[in-house]
Amino acid sequence: MVMLKVDNLRVKVEDKEILKGISLTVDKGELHVVMGPNGSGKSTLALTIAGHHRYQVIDGRILFEGEDITNLPPEERAKRGIFLSFQHPIEVEGVKVIQFLQRVLKNLKGLDEIQAYELIFNAVQELGLDESMLARFLNVGFSGGERKKLEMLQAYLVKPKLLILDEPDSGVDVDSLKMIASVINKLHEEGTSVLLITHYGRILEHLKPNRVHVIKEGKIVASDGVELVKMIEEKGFAAVEEL
Amino acid sequence: MSEHSKLEEILKAGSLEEILGTAVPYPKEIELKGKISRETVEELSRIKNEPEWMLRHRLKALELFEKLPMPKWVVGIEELDLESFSLYSKPELEREVKDWDDLPENIRRTFERLNIPEIEKKFLSGLTAVFDSESVYSQLKEEFEKKGIIMLPMEEAVKRYPDLVKRYFGKVFPPGDHKFSALHHALWSGGAFVYIPKGVRVPFPIEAFFVIGSALEGQFEHTLLIADEGSYVHFIEGCSAPMYKGFSFHDGMVEIYAHKNATVKFTTIQNWSRNVINFNNKRAIIEENAYVEWIEGSIGSHITYTYPSSVLKGEGARTAQYVVSLSNGPYLKDTGAKTWHLAPNTSSKIVSKSISANGGINIYRGLVRIAKGAKNSTATVSCDSLILDEKSKAYTYPHNQNDEPSASIIHEATTGRLSEDKLFYLNSRGIKEEEAKSLIVLGFISEILEGLPFEYVEVLKKVIELEFSEVGGVG
Ligand SMILES: Nc1ncnc2c1ncn2[C@@H]1O[C@H](COP(=O)(O)OP(=O)(O)O)[C@@H](O)[C@H]1O
Ligand SMILES: [Mg+2]
Repeated sequence: MVMLKVDNLRVKVEDKEILKGISLTVDKGELHVVMGPNGSGKSTLALTIAGHHRYQVIDGRILFEGEDITNLPPEERAKRGIFLSFQHPIEVEGVKVIQFLQRVLKNLKGLDEIQAYELIFNAVQELGLDESMLARFLNVGFSGGERKKLEMLQAYLVKPKLLILDEPDSGVDVDSLKMIASVINKLHEEGTSVLLITHYGRILEHLKPNRVHVIKEGKIVASDGVELVKMIEEKGFAAVEEL
Repeated sequence: MSEHSKLEEILKAGSLEEILGTAVPYPKEIELKGKISRETVEELSRIKNEPEWMLRHRLKALELFEKLPMPKWVVGIEELDLESFSLYSKPELEREVKDWDDLPENIRRTFERLNIPEIEKKFLSGLTAVFDSESVYSQLKEEFEKKGIIMLPMEEAVKRYPDLVKRYFGKVFPPGDHKFSALHHALWSGGAFVYIPKGVRVPFPIEAFFVIGSALEGQFEHTLLIADEGSYVHFIEGCSAPMYKGFSFHDGMVEIYAHKNATVKFTTIQNWSRNVINFNNKRAIIEENAYVEWIEGSIGSHITYTYPSSVLKGEGARTAQYVVSLSNGPYLKDTGAKTWHLAPNTSSKIVSKSISANGGINIYRGLVRIAKGAKNSTATVSCDSLILDEKSKAYTYPHNQNDEPSASIIHEATTGRLSEDKLFYLNSRGIKEEEAKSLIVLGFISEILEGLPFEYVEVLKKVIELEFSEVGGVG
């Protein structure tokens, strides 16, 4: 069953075309990897699928479970089961993590405050996170690693149908990386489809991707099995062009 | 429990108009209209059956009103034709009010729908309710009366405790300060008088609730609060009015005198309807080692001018002024705080948080002055503006003057805009724009909410959520 189908997607930001006809299909339960040099349009792809207004679709479509979601507002996409773990999670002053998570679980899962609290508390224990984080303001003063872990906690609580991860491995230490990879694996094993954007191959040592895509300058220049990763690691992205 | 569900119902109603209904005409005993003349003031005083000294006080204030110029910084008032206002409006009461049941049904219902009697029973030490120009209800729980606490409608205090009233009335905020304080002193009516004796701590808040009952009306209530040495009291003011076609004018005054070692907290939650022009005159004199805390929350009204002020008169006197102003829609809030340091080792803290949305404008106007000789005094001012969209604006006009070399004033100001990325982050978690906005606004003022009693925090949260919900608010 097709979970996500991106069909000839062209996207512009402030009159500059960034994505120039991207197509890819992720089936239910699959894990796809997107790699590519800085500035190639990976985050643009992630944010467009999640529905950021700044990214204007000028051509093509995004289908989710067979339905066209190209024009749906972001909160609707979230409700249908799309979750984006941000490359740069944002700070929200004055809103406590616990409050925020309770609100997210109410909106996406219909849980009341007490049910949500129990779920959150158990998940924090299970993932070995620091409980004190719950009382802090959302991402305010969090280190890069803490932010990424909080994104993973959210994903773990929400259990989306499609998990998009934008560089969950950048700026994190080895232990955090393990925790992040284990959450991805857990969700993947439970049937979540995953679209993983990464800059390094490191995290892939812990995962079993079905397919790897390479983006350059807004286009997919290669799609292949996991062996593509090895080649990029050895020869760099430049080698991909020569294929 | 029933209190909570009632509150829910009130808040879910979407607007105050839905709760209070559109204005129901009610019988008024007396109405003064027309020009503010000597005769008007004399008649008002006669109706109130006042002592001679109060009449003289009013007439002196009237003279000042005529002489004083319109303050330069006031916009919007000129659209008010004072002469077209009913300057004094007394609801008809059939008997002495000892209980809510003694009130005429329409007035009682107004307060009931705002859940005031319920809150009084569960949560307050005492309550004064002002409808139009008169205090219609004023009760202090018996146990507090026994301790010598006085809480009365202002008029009654004038008659029963003339010496006490004379000593303070108009001494903290004199009529001559500006045109509107003069107008207030000439026409004041209603309000509460509170006296806390030496060393008495009032465990639960005392509340005053003000309702403007009809259009083209002026409300000039006067609250005088005296905290004697070492006493403690928390006073809460709530304001509300149903929606009318014409404008109403509110020119209230609060005078606080905090004696040595006393602590006074004064909290205002103002949610007037969108056709009230709201002018406030609030000032405290703070003696040795006493502390006064102002929380001024301005949500409703068409235009609001309010600057709670603290005069740090005694050595070691302290004050904190928290000002929260929300302009959601084509409305103006001109708010701020004023502090005078007149003695050594005094300290002050001003925290202002303004939120502008949907074309709303906020102006912060502040003054901190440290007089020569106020050695080692410290003042901090922090002034944060949150602007939620392109149409809305915020301005800050702080004015700091330090004449004492050993004292310091620290000033910080920030302006934040709701970034597209912040909104998107919340959207992507299933939180819609309106909900995201109220979350961000509540986060922005969380520091101030922490200082409020739980019940009021809940109410405020709901009010702010309503402001940004699709049905409520005014946009
Ligand atoms: N908000 C924006 N405004 C202008 N240009 C942008 C914006 N976001 C991304 N871009 C541009 O789009 C291109 C792709 O960026 P991005 O998708 O972030 O790349 P990647 O995630 O692969 O590093 C870059 O050239 C970047 O400068
Ligand atoms: Mg990126």
